[in-house]
Amino acid sequence: MTVDLCGIPLRHPILNGSGTFDAIAARRAFGDALLDEFPFSAFVSKTITPEPRAGNPPPRLWETPAGMINSIGLPNKGLDGFLARDLPELAELPVPLIVSVMATSREQFARLVGALAARDEVAAVELNVSCPNVESGLVVGESPEETRALLAELRPLTEKPLIVKLTPNVPTPAPIAVAAQEGGADAVSLINTLRAAAIDPATGAPWLGAERGGLSGPAVRAIALNQVREVAAAVEIAVIGMGGVARGRHAADLLAAGATAVAVGTENFRDPAAGTRIASELDKAA
Amino acid sequence: MSRQASEASADARVTAPLGRRACEVTRNVPSDGYRIFSALDPDGPEPAAGQFYMLATESGWGSEDGRPYLARAFSVADCERERGGVRLDFLAQDVGPGTARLCELEPGERLWIHGPLGRPFSAPAELNPGAPGAVLVGGGIGVAPLALWRRRLLAAGTPSRVLLGFRDRANSGGLELFDCSEVRLASEDGHRGHRGYVTDLLAVLLEGDDAATAAVYACGPPAMLEAVRVMCADREVPCELAMETPMACGFGACFGCAVPLAGSDGYMRLCVDGPVVRGEEIETALVAGSGH
Repeated sequence: MTVDLCGIPLRHPILNGSGTFDAIAARRAFGDALLDEFPFSAFVSKTITPEPRAGNPPPRLWETPAGMINSIGLPNKGLDGFLARDLPELAELPVPLIVSVMATSREQFARLVGALAARDEVAAVELNVSCPNVESGLVVGESPEETRALLAELRPLTEKPLIVKLTPNVPTPAPIAVAAQEGGADAVSLINTLRAAAIDPATGAPWLGAERGGLSGPAVRAIALNQVREVAAAVEIAVIGMGGVARGRHAADLLAAGATAVAVGTENFRDPAAGTRIASELDKAA
Repeated sequence: MSRQASEASADARVTAPLGRRACEVTRNVPSDGYRIFSALDPDGPEPAAGQFYMLATESGWGSEDGRPYLARAFSVADCERERGGVRLDFLAQDVGPGTARLCELEPGERLWIHGPLGRPFSAPAELNPGAPGAVLVGGGIGVAPLALWRRRLLAAGTPSRVLLGFRDRANSGGLELFDCSEVRLASEDGHRGHRGYVTDLLAVLLEGDDAATAAVYACGPPAMLEAVRVMCADREVPCELAMETPMACGFGACFGCAVPLAGSDGYMRLCVDGPVVRGEEIETALVAGSGH
């Protein structure tokens, strides 16, 4: 089941969600087998930011019924560190590379997209807009106006596909998706994690070092399916669906809801080869 | 990511087959408040001591209240190549929904595993060039990886002194993984050996003349590991600590198992940069427990 995602040919519809698979670390754990049997048809990097980030103080994880809360805080090497150290290794992967980026101003977003636009190793850029614009104080991905304005700034910088990662923490994501399309985005991806918290039973205080985090896993699957349906009905551009996908059946549901491709996230943690398995299950079901 | 660069890790870690695989459980026996269960891994390599596996049962994982959901990280307590694969032994204690399910495994059931994962113990001569042998310090359920390490050291002709501590009789399993005649024991309730902490035994041992040539390996609860780390740092004795903290994936994907690095505001990922770490690498061993 091959797929055309914004002009990028993929050998099957299964990608990874950003921040749910580190190909460089996995290479250390699994060796050459990772390149020979790469689980995804395209690789989406962990989000990079203009400057290096250490990430949130631990604890960063909490297991929930049929899922987990993470509060990782986007640890990354920053743009320069990514270009110098990670990009050469990621370019050796046998699949197209999609780089996820986040910044807190349009100028900084432009710096990231401009730098990646110049690199042949990068097939597409995903915009993580689940962060506040420091100038307006608004979370970009929660505001159609902010989203449209961001795309207007970034669209002229590259002909590479721009994918907007939508947040589920809004009444409905469809207006944001429409704004992304109007701004010139080539695709939207959803859902990101749902805001969530956990209490330390021993102290009654928040368990997570950053006090709150994002819920993922099978617990969010039905919400993802609904939001993907709403968004796919509202836009012409491609939709990458994700949220609790653990079996081929779940991927088929998102495709039926209008997604062009499907990303696997938390299931990768339970099975490093989940992408291969889900693509195979999907193929058999087709 | 050139193939030449594939051995990027300087340590002796064994790489894992990609993906999880099902293994048959061959044994599950009680051990003084803990359980020792075994699984036959048909396809995997023999792990290095200190490495770990992510474990989940094939059935009944997440039946009530949707938990457990994530696989659980377990050090290998012992392993042996047998007909049909590699037998992996794990030491478990029921402290949460995942460990509860694992503790009730029946022979013939199947276990999902991925591994071996992470950085193993390094040889005493690497840790301290003058070390004639190793000092192993274990506490509670944390005695597990030291059992395999002791066996591997023995096979290499390297002597080791083993100090193990337990809270009380109900929490004192895993001793049969060691040769008891060579083990010195401590218990907080005094039911066996020295009444007190295993670190009391370590303090006495490090008072001796051979402190300068000691190589210490420890695994146990965070407070014990922190006491070992500080004691060794004060005496300039090199040590390796096998640590544990909440971990979702075990192979560097989730970034959940962050442990503060010494002298920086950064973190290491315990799954790929550990679980065995040098004492001087970390700011503190007092990290959140796993809530298994």
